[in-house]
Amino acid sequence: MAPVVQIKDIHKIYESGEVPVHAVRGVSLDIHKGEFVALMGASGSGKSTLMNLLGCLDRPTKGTYKLDGIDVSQLEKNELADIRNQKLGFVFQGFNLLARTTALENVELPMLYGRQRKASAREIRERAMHCLDIVGLSNRADHMPNQLSGGQQQRVAIARGLVNEPQVLLADEPTGNLDSRTSIEVMGVFQQLNEQGISIVMVTHELDIAHYCKRNLILRDGVVVRDEAVQNRSIAAVELGKLRAAEAAAKLTAAPAA
Amino acid sequence: MRFTIIFLVALRALRRNTMRSILTALGIIIGIGAVITIVSMGNGAKARVEAQVAALGQNIITVYPGSFSSGGMRGGFGSSVTLTVEDADAIAAEVADIDGVSPEVRDRNQVLANGLNWSTNIYGESPDYPYIKNWNIVQGAMFSEQDVKSLAKVAVIGKTVADQLFPTEDPVGQTLRIRNLPFRIVGVLDVKGFSLFGSDQDDIVIIPYTSHMKRVSRRTNISSILVQGSSPDKLDVVKQRIEDLLTQRRKGREPDFTVRTQEEIAATATETSRTMTLLLGGIAVVSLIVGGIGVMNIMLVSVTERTREIGIRLAIGAHDRDVLLQFLIEAILLTLLGGILGILCGVGASEFASYYFGLPTLISPMSVLLAVAVSTVIGIFFGFYPARKAAQLDPIDALRYE
Repeated sequence: MAPVVQIKDIHKIYESGEVPVHAVRGVSLDIHKGEFVALMGASGSGKSTLMNLLGCLDRPTKGTYKLDGIDVSQLEKNELADIRNQKLGFVFQGFNLLARTTALENVELPMLYGRQRKASAREIRERAMHCLDIVGLSNRADHMPNQLSGGQQQRVAIARGLVNEPQVLLADEPTGNLDSRTSIEVMGVFQQLNEQGISIVMVTHELDIAHYCKRNLILRDGVVVRDEAVQNRSIAAVELGKLRAAEAAAKLTAAPAA
Repeated sequence: MRFTIIFLVALRALRRNTMRSILTALGIIIGIGAVITIVSMGNGAKARVEAQVAALGQNIITVYPGSFSSGGMRGGFGSSVTLTVEDADAIAAEVADIDGVSPEVRDRNQVLANGLNWSTNIYGESPDYPYIKNWNIVQGAMFSEQDVKSLAKVAVIGKTVADQLFPTEDPVGQTLRIRNLPFRIVGVLDVKGFSLFGSDQDDIVIIPYTSHMKRVSRRTNISSILVQGSSPDKLDVVKQRIEDLLTQRRKGREPDFTVRTQEEIAATATETSRTMTLLLGGIAVVSLIVGGIGVMNIMLVSVTERTREIGIRLAIGAHDRDVLLQFLIEAILLTLLGGILGILCGVGASEFASYYFGLPTLISPMSVLLAVAVSTVIGIFFGFYPARKAAQLDPIDALRYE
């Protein structure tokens, strides 16, 4: 089967400053359906630029990018918007939900901009509800973002990313704004989705978070310096169990002293 | 489909900021409200003027005496004493396309009746007078041509005089004394109200002009001649004929008369109210423009404040056109909402003005339609720039915006 993401020797050069910045210098990459990739690197390594290219938010200066068999490297602005809408799901570090808008309406948003499907308002609502159910938030559908915890907001964002049944779910530092426990919970959601066959690419700088993925890519100075499968992968359910046990133990040890 | 969804998106965005939306629309509400109120008051005033002009009678031509001059000293307008009953008779006999003529003699005198007295206008007229003035007689009847010939001591009185002298009883058949001469009241005129110039038109006693000249004022000349033209389009022709006839009758002497049609008098009054409406309307339009700039200001602030939102929309697949349309619809909805509320406020204010201050108002559907159209155009005009700014944002930068 052809890879979902097929990148051949792409370059990105920013010409805006006085000196051209060569952010990505010839990256080639294949990502197959069902993969769970962590993109890692220090700041300035080019991982954000690569993520923008993968997310069709930006066009490469050189090289080709085939997404689901379509060459997207030379598409127009609005054609790219359609690709993003139909083939990609986005999860951001800062959640990026619309304020003062219910969780359900936030999840509906990508469907409103969908071009192919002519879904009715009821179908849209049902589909959004289903996606909230997948991330375990169907009981919070009418909550505003400010009434939800960070982890819940990120789950709403994941539901939004899923709603158009994307080929790849792209997550940019999805656990960056979350505490360790909630991070594990969110990684659990990703692992669960990956089990169901959804391909996920995420940017992270935390090694332990990357350990939940199946494949790790390390970038340095705009080139991939390491590409390996993860050994002894962390499983969110197990890690969460350990954390609970540790917390319980802490309480137990604290109990006699009280 | 697409438009409906963007419309829905815009509606949701406005609903998220209800208070700000209302405050933004306030400028338009006040502007449109002011326009509606002022135009309706202007229309009301115009309609009142027109009604008053119509109450004067229609197609009336009035002949006034010219100015009197002697030894280089010139009297004012109407000071000449050369207009005579014969002039009036000649007009009646020789000018075509006229329906009635009334030589008019005016005087002010004390009248006595029923143990009461009252100072009023005594008009000497012909029996054509009520017809020319479009003025009904509600009780009794007008005196006849025979009464004019016989210098009869009969009178028709206005409502004010009737109320003052005969507060309780029916005035018809009663006697009224003018300069100690008894006049029998044969009719009472309908209520006419105040004239364009503020005088009470019902404060009047009308007697045959012959009786007025011989018995009351002892004058040989008349104050003016009222002529009823048969149709409005022949008014200028009739006016010309009267001028020609009177000039011919003066046999080469300098013309000592002025002929005026009613339109000339009415035009002045209408012009005044029109100028006022234009002036106030101009002020209202300025406030409307200020309101529009207010909308643009808020929309610009909104675009900056919602940069992230725009970034999200672009990232998940909105075209630049979708964002443009959304912000444009938001602006139009704001101004349209303002327009509709403004119309309600304007109608309310007009009703209030007419109810509490007795100002006449007339809300024209045209001005309401215009208000809606103008507010929409303001929305498009002042909303386009902010909307374009939003649509041109780069999703990567917009998402990173703090």
